[in-house]
Amino acid sequence: MDTTKNKVLQEVWEILEQVPDPEIPVLSAIDLGIIRDVIFHDGKIEVVITPTYTGCPAMNMIEVNIKSILQENGFQNSMVTTVLSPAWTTDWMSEKGKEKLKAYGIAPPVGKTSDKHVLMGEEKLVCCPQCGSNHTELISQFGSTACKSLYKCLDCKEPFDYFKCH
Amino acid sequence: MTKQEALLKYVLRLADNVSILGHRLGEWCGHGPVLEQDIAMTNIALDCIGQARNYYQYASKIEGIDKTEDDYAYLRDPLDYYNLLIVEQPNKDFAYTIVRQYFFDVFHFLFLQKLSDSKDKQLAAIAEKAIKEVTYHCKWSGDWVLRLGDGTDTSHEKMQHAIDILWTYTGEMFLMDEVDEILLKEKIGVDLIGLRQEWLKIVSEHFKEATLTLPETTWSQKGGKQGYHSEHLGYILADMQYLPRTYPGSIW
Ligand SMILES: [Zn+2]
Repeated sequence: MDTTKNKVLQEVWEILEQVPDPEIPVLSAIDLGIIRDVIFHDGKIEVVITPTYTGCPAMNMIEVNIKSILQENGFQNSMVTTVLSPAWTTDWMSEKGKEKLKAYGIAPPVGKTSDKHVLMGEEKLVCCPQCGSNHTELISQFGSTACKSLYKCLDCKEPFDYFKCH
Repeated sequence: MTKQEALLKYVLRLADNVSILGHRLGEWCGHGPVLEQDIAMTNIALDCIGQARNYYQYASKIEGIDKTEDDYAYLRDPLDYYNLLIVEQPNKDFAYTIVRQYFFDVFHFLFLQKLSDSKDKQLAAIAEKAIKEVTYHCKWSGDWVLRLGDGTDTSHEKMQHAIDILWTYTGEMFLMDEVDEILLKEKIGVDLIGLRQEWLKIVSEHFKEATLTLPETTWSQKGGKQGYHSEHLGYILADMQYLPRTYPGSIW
């Protein structure tokens, strides 16, 4: 059976590449690593997502965007379900996503969350996305959105956002 | 009390704690001492509200009736709110807000660690997710305890004053009642008494470093978990519920 099914699933994954994070539009839902599964049953698509932060207001929007882009591509009545476990981690962000973040002016997460020091906020060296210097300083653990902290570069003096390890 | 009834009350307590604390932190929006800390407090508020939403959604599943998360947040009166008294205490000044947050954060972190092993899969999943956020909260409030405690004479004095008042609200965090006992037996809930020692150890070591003193009294305020609140909760709910009660059913 499964060649058609696989083809459909592959098509859906490709479509999902076009769903942006509403707050960091250079990243797709796939880059972020929040799409946990795509299931095809009874002729309908179910997309399983997991939130980045519990209170992230972008999640509702992403859900709406997934449904509407699937509809535009001929998939009627698709479903989006949310799972909490396993909890999302920045380790799931794609390498391509990290590159895109940096080009956008946001320093990508450094290190793996399996390193407890990282979770306790003792970040590894965070490089300035503008000039590449690692001579940077944390201004605040909390930034413009739940997923970012605020840094400044001590060389080029630019402030910048850092997508924190989570 | 059946296991089901106990579970509903348990989930509402957890929800109400973060919902009310989130509201309090949200009151700082636009009033923070500096922009970065204004943003920090509203970030933490957002985490709290997000966690509350997860619990309220779960509560409606447990009740199995057609109730939404908003019904729980906006259509219950103070006697039907089960949050700890500490989270409804007013912001007063920045020191007071920090001490309230620090006391609760350390408890919350230790609590969620245990809850993520709960036999109830949904509670475990919510806890596993929330603990990552609460790790950052602990770091933030802990840093400020150090900075203000071991800061200027004025900041030290304000912190010590806040500690002396808020201390009497910390005991309630570790009190077990029938709901807690039933769920502990089912391996769903957390042994609160068991958390106390560790909490005390973390807080007292941190206070020592911050040159702050732990009060000696063991007398404690209580009642929030059973629905008996300080007068502050009424004002919070009046503010929070005004719109949905005046315009029932209105949505964005
Ligand atoms: Zn730079």
